[in-house]
Amino acid sequence: MKSLLKIFEWATLRIERGAKEKNHPLYKPYSNAIIAKEPMSLEEEIKEIRRSGSNKDLDAAPEFEMSDIFYFARRGVESIMDDEVTKRFSAEELESWNLLTRSNHNFHYISLRLTVLWGLGLLIRYGILLPLSERTIDQSKNDPLSCNFMSEKVHLMCYRICVRALTAIITYHDSENKPKNGGICVANHTSPIDVIILASDGCYAMVGQIHGGLMGVIQRSMVKACPHIWFERSEVKDRHLVAKRLSDHVEDKSKLPILIFPEGTCINNTSVMMFKKGSFEIRATVYPVAIKYDPRFGDAFWNSSKFGMVNYLLRMMSSWAIVCSVWYLPPMSREEGEDAVQFANRVKAAIARQGGLVDLLWDGGLKRGKVKDTFKEEQQKLYSKMLVGTQEDRSRS
Amino acid sequence: MGSRASTLLREEEIEEIKKETGFSHSQITRLYSRFTSLDKGENGTLSREDFQRIPELAINPLGDRIINAFFPEGEDQVNFRGFMRTLAHFRPIEDNEKNKNPPTSEPLNSRTNKLLFAFRLYDLDRDDKISRDELLQVLRMMVGVNISDEQLGSIADRTIQEADTNGDNSISFSEFIKVLEKVDVEQKMSIRFLH
Repeated sequence: MKSLLKIFEWATLRIERGAKEKNHPLYKPYSNAIIAKEPMSLEEEIKEIRRSGSNKDLDAAPEFEMSDIFYFARRGVESIMDDEVTKRFSAEELESWNLLTRSNHNFHYISLRLTVLWGLGLLIRYGILLPLSERTIDQSKNDPLSCNFMSEKVHLMCYRICVRALTAIITYHDSENKPKNGGICVANHTSPIDVIILASDGCYAMVGQIHGGLMGVIQRSMVKACPHIWFERSEVKDRHLVAKRLSDHVEDKSKLPILIFPEGTCINNTSVMMFKKGSFEIRATVYPVAIKYDPRFGDAFWNSSKFGMVNYLLRMMSSWAIVCSVWYLPPMSREEGEDAVQFANRVKAAIARQGGLVDLLWDGGLKRGKVKDTFKEEQQKLYSKMLVGTQEDRSRS
Repeated sequence: MGSRASTLLREEEIEEIKKETGFSHSQITRLYSRFTSLDKGENGTLSREDFQRIPELAINPLGDRIINAFFPEGEDQVNFRGFMRTLAHFRPIEDNEKNKNPPTSEPLNSRTNKLLFAFRLYDLDRDDKISRDELLQVLRMMVGVNISDEQLGSIADRTIQEADTNGDNSISFSEFIKVLEKVDVEQKMSIRFLH
C-alpha cells in the first residue's frame, strides 16, 4: 500500500510540473477554505460598524444606520465564495492524484510515462480486480439463512465475502465497545458500503425503507433470516409508529442491536451533519461508531443524484481498494435533563471528534431540499431586536 | 469529468480578469472552481437558482438583493467574468499596493465602488436615488414581521431626514457617501483571502 501511495505522489508532482511547463491552468480543489471568516455574531458586528461611523454616545445609539447593510452584504458574498454545506454533497477532492481519472480534473496528456502508468492501473483494476470480485459474489448467493447460532456465523461469512469482493481493507479500533443486544448502533453515513463494513464485524438488525428492485430483493431475503425492521414508505412519515417499533425491538434483549444512520442521507465523509432526533428519543444505550474512509485509494461516497446504484458498485469494485477505519466509541445514554436534540448533538460531536470530521449543524436533507424559512426568520428577529431594543431605552429616558 | 477539462480557463482570460479585478492568479483559479461547482447546468453561466441553492445565502435576509447585484439589467445569466467583476468589490484595499501594474481607471474595490455596491442594494429600481418607499422595502426585508409598519415608517423618515441635504425626500449617492464618511468601509466591506 505504501508503494502505491508513493506512486500517487510522484504522479501528482509530474502533472503539476507538466502543467507549469506547458502553462496549462491547474484546477485547484476548492474544498479547502478560500477565505477567512470572522466568527462575530450579528449584534457584535453591526455594533462595530456603527461605532466606527458615529461619534455619538453609544447609549443613545440610533436605532438604524444605513451602514447596517454592510454586515448582510459581506456575509452574503462570503457564502457565495465559500459555504459550509454545498461542498459536503460532492466527492472530496484530493491534493494528490490517485491514477483514477474520475477524481482528477487536470488530466491532460502530460507525459508518456504517466499515461503508461495510468494504463497499467486501468488494466489491473478492470482486468483482474473486477472479475475476481464478481466471482466471489456468485459464490455467496447460495446461502440459505435461518436465525440461530449457525446462521450468525453464516451471516458474518456472507458479509466478509462481500468485503473481499470490494477489496476493502478495514481497521477496527476499540472492539471492546462493540454494540450489544438491546442497544442502538449509530454511525455516520457515507455510502451503502457502511452497512457491509459494520455487518461483517457483528450482527445487526437493519432499519430502513422497503425499496423496489435489487435492494428490495436483498431486503426480503434478509427478513427471512433475522428480524429486521423494514418500513413501508407511508409508515415512515408516522414517527410514533417508527418509534414504537424501534422501542419494542430494543426491549427484547435477545434481539440484535439496531443499526441506524441518523443523518438520513449519504454525506461525503468530510463532515457529520445534523442527526435526526428520532432514534435518540428511545430509551436505550447508544453505541456510536465513527467510520472514516481514506479517499486516496478510492472515494466511497455515493452521490446518488449523479450515479445510480449499479454504476456506483462498479466504480467501487474497480477502484484500487476501499480503505477505512472504524472506531467503536464507548456507549452513551441520555442523561437527566437532556433532551433528544442535545443528546443527538453530543453523540454527533463524539463521532466527529474521533473521525476527524467537521461537526455541522446543517441538515443533510439540504442535499435535495430547500432550507427552511425559519432560519431566515431567526436572522430577521435578531436584527429587529437591535432596532427596537434601543427604541425602548429611548422611551424610558 | 471529461467536459470539465474543456472548460478550463485559458491563460489569456486569467490575465484579463487579473487586470480588471486585481485578483491574483491562484485566487482566480480557486474562484473558478467555486463557479463551476455552483454551475449545476454545466453551461458556463450561473442563474439565480444556482445562487439560491447555497443555504447560508438563502437564509440571509438580503439574499435576493445580493443575488440581484450579480445580474446586469434585464439579464438572467451571469458568466465567470461578471461573477468576478462583482466579487471584486469585496477585495481588501491594501492589496492594491502589491499590484505591479497601477490601475488605469478606478479599481473595482475602491472605497467609492464599495459604497456604490451597498447603495445599489437599497436602490431597487436603479434610478440612482433611494426613495422612502425603497428604504421601507429594504428595511422590511431585514426585519421580517417583527416591527410594525408605523415604527418602520418612522425609522425610514428619520433616516432620510438625517441624510437628505437637498430636500428632494430621497437619498442620492453623494448624500449616501456623506452620511457614511466616517464608517470604516474598507474593512467592513472586504473579504480576506487566505492566500
